[in-house]
Amino acid sequence: MRPAKPKVSRRDFFKAGTIIVGGIAVASAFTPYDAVLIAAEKPKKGKWYGIGIDINKCIGCGKCASACKLENNVPKAPFYFRSWVEQYTIKNDGTIIVESPNGGIDGFKQSVPTNEIFKSFFVPKMCNHCAKSPCVQVCPVGATFETPEGIVLVDENYCIGCRYCVQACPYGCRYIHPDKGTVDKCTLCIHRLVKGLQPACFEICPTEARIFGDLNDPESKLNYFLKNHTCMVIKPHLNTGSKLFYNALSSEVR
Amino acid sequence: MEQHLQDLYEVLSKVDGYVYPNEIELNWSILIVLYPYITGLVAGAFILASLERIFKVHILKPTYGIALLTAFSFMLVATMPLISHLGKPFRAYEIMITPHSSSAMAIFGFVYLWYLMVVLLLEIWFDYRRDMIIWAQETTGVKRFLYRVLSLWTTDISPKAVALDNRIGYIVTVIGIPSAFLLHGYVGFIFGSIKANPWWSTVLMPVIFLFSAIVSGIALVMLIYILLTKVRKLKIDMECLDTIAKYLFYILIIDFVLEGLDQIHRIYEAEESFEVLHKLVFGKLFFTLFFMQGLFGTILPLLTLGTFQFYKPKEKIRKIIYLAISALILIGVFFMRWNVVIGGQLFSKSFYGYTSFKTGMIGSEGYLMAAVWLIVPFIILSFLLWLLPPWKKKEELPETQGL
Ligand code: SF4
Ligand code: SF4
Repeated sequence: MRPAKPKVSRRDFFKAGTIIVGGIAVASAFTPYDAVLIAAEKPKKGKWYGIGIDINKCIGCGKCASACKLENNVPKAPFYFRSWVEQYTIKNDGTIIVESPNGGIDGFKQSVPTNEIFKSFFVPKMCNHCAKSPCVQVCPVGATFETPEGIVLVDENYCIGCRYCVQACPYGCRYIHPDKGTVDKCTLCIHRLVKGLQPACFEICPTEARIFGDLNDPESKLNYFLKNHTCMVIKPHLNTGSKLFYNALSSEVR
Repeated sequence: MEQHLQDLYEVLSKVDGYVYPNEIELNWSILIVLYPYITGLVAGAFILASLERIFKVHILKPTYGIALLTAFSFMLVATMPLISHLGKPFRAYEIMITPHSSSAMAIFGFVYLWYLMVVLLLEIWFDYRRDMIIWAQETTGVKRFLYRVLSLWTTDISPKAVALDNRIGYIVTVIGIPSAFLLHGYVGFIFGSIKANPWWSTVLMPVIFLFSAIVSGIALVMLIYILLTKVRKLKIDMECLDTIAKYLFYILIIDFVLEGLDQIHRIYEAEESFEVLHKLVFGKLFFTLFFMQGLFGTILPLLTLGTFQFYKPKEKIRKIIYLAISALILIGVFFMRWNVVIGGQLFSKSFYGYTSFKTGMIGSEGYLMAAVWLIVPFIILSFLLWLLPPWKKKEELPETQGL
C-alpha cells in the first residue's frame, strides 16, 4: 500500500501563510522601506559640490567660456571646450535654432529678425559633475573618477585616450586634448577651490547667473538658490545624477 | 596636428544644424569600425569550425582546419586597431593591470585573452599535436625545429595519447562556443550600453552583433575555402560548400530579422531621438545603410541563398555565385559596423544637428592604417596554412601523401 499523502488542511495553510506574511510585515517594520527615491544619494558628511545656473540672468557675454579657456589652458581652437554658452532662439513658427559660435567666447549675434522671434535665451553649459556619471562608469582603467566632494576628474597621467568616456557623456563635456592625447574636461577649477577661491567661470560672471556651492551646507548660496527657484537638470531621464541645476530651463534645451 | 585642425575647420564649416562644440571631432574612426568587424570574423569562423566538431556536421570537414586557423589569424590582430587608435597606446596594458570593474571595455582584455589563449590556441594545439610530431619526423632543418618547438617536444602519438588529444580538443570546443558568443556579444555590449547614444543604446545590440558576426565569419571561411582550392587547383567539395551556404542562409535570416526588429521597434516607439535618427538614416547613412548593408550585404545574398534552397544551378555557376555572395556579405557586415560606429557619432547628442566624417589616407587613423590591419591577418593565415596545412593532416596511420 502506498503511504497516504500528508494532507495540508486549509487551517494549516492559513497558519503558515499568516506566519510568512506577518513575518515579512514585522521584518519590514524594523528595516523601514524608504519609498522616497532621490536623484542622487549625497554623502552625509563633508562637502558635496553642485552648481546652479540662472538662465534668466545670463546675458550671453561668454565671459565664463573665455575665462575657462584662459584659466585652464584649454586649446584655443573652437573644438575644445570645458565651458561654453549656447543661444537658443525659438521662432514664431516653432523652429528651434541653437548656436554657439566659438562657444560664445566672442559674444553672439542674433541671426533671426526680431519680428520672427518668439523667444530667445542663453544656456551656459559645462560638466554636470554627475553623481552617477556614465563617464566614470565606462573608463576602462579608472582614470576618470569622482572625488569625495563630488567633482569628476581625469587623471591625465593614467588616461589611455580610448575616448570611451567621450562617447558616454550625454552632454558633450569632454574632448581629447590635441597635444596630450588624453581626455580633458572641467575640473571645477579644483586648483582654485583648494585655495578657497571660486571656479573661474563663477568668479567672472557679471550678472551672477552662476551659483556655486556646497549641497551639504543648508546655508549655502546654492541651497538658497535651489529652494527659491524651480530648478531642473538637463536630460533627467538619463539618470546621470547631474548636479548642475538650471533655473528657468526651457524644454527645448538638450 | 596642423592637418588635424585644418580637417576640423573643414568639418566645422559643414556642420548641419547644431552640435556641441566638442562633438565636431569624431572620436571613433575607421579603426574602431574594424575592431568589431575583426572580432566578429573570429567568432563566426570559430562557430563554423565548432559545427563540424561538436554538432558533427562532418560534411564541413574540409573547412574545419581553415576555419580554426582563420579565427586564430584574425584574433591575433583583433586588438591592434583598438590599441593603435588610443591616444596613449603605450599605456594600453593598464587595462589589464588596473581594470575598472564597472567598465565594459575593461573586461575586453580578459575576454580576449581567454578566447585567444585558452580556447583557440589550445584547440589548435591539440588538434595539430599529432600531426606536428609526424611532420617533424618527415621534415628537416628549420621546419623540423619549428614543429618540435610547436609540439612542445612531445613525442607520444600512441592511439591513447591521440584519443586524449581529441577528447581535450572536444572539451575546449565545447567551452569555446559560449566563449565565442561571449566575445562577440560583449563587443556589442560596449556599444549597446552607452545610454547617452540612442543609436547604440539597445538591448538587442549584443545579439545583433553576434549574429552578424557569425554571418561574416562563415562568409569569410567560405571565401577563403573557394580561393584556396582554386590556388591549389583542387576540385572543390560542392557538398560542403552547399552546406555552408545553407547555414549562412539560416543565420542571415536571423540576423536580418533581429536588425529589422530593432529598427521597427525604434520607429514604433519614436522616442525623443527619433527625428534626428530618421534624418540620419535617410541622409548621411542612406547609401551605406540601404545599399551597402541592406541591399548588397543582406537582401541580395538572402534572395540568392534562398533560391538555392529550391533550385541549384550548375556547379560552376554556383561556385562563382558563392564567391560573390560571400564577398558581398563581408562588405555588407563591414558597413553594418560602419553604420553603427560612425553613424552613432554623426548626430549630436543635443539631437539638433549633424557633424561629418573626415579621415585621411595616412596617419595612425587613416585608411592605410585600416588596410594594414585588414591585410595582416591574411599574411598570418598564409603562413599558418603553410606551416600547418589542414589538408595534409594524416587521417589514421601516417602514409606518404604529396600535395
Ligand atoms: S557631464 Fe559628462 S563629463 Fe561631466 S560628469 Fe556628467 S557624464 Fe561625466
Ligand atoms: S579616454 Fe581616458 S578617461 Fe576617458 S575612458 Fe578612456 S582612459 Fe578613461
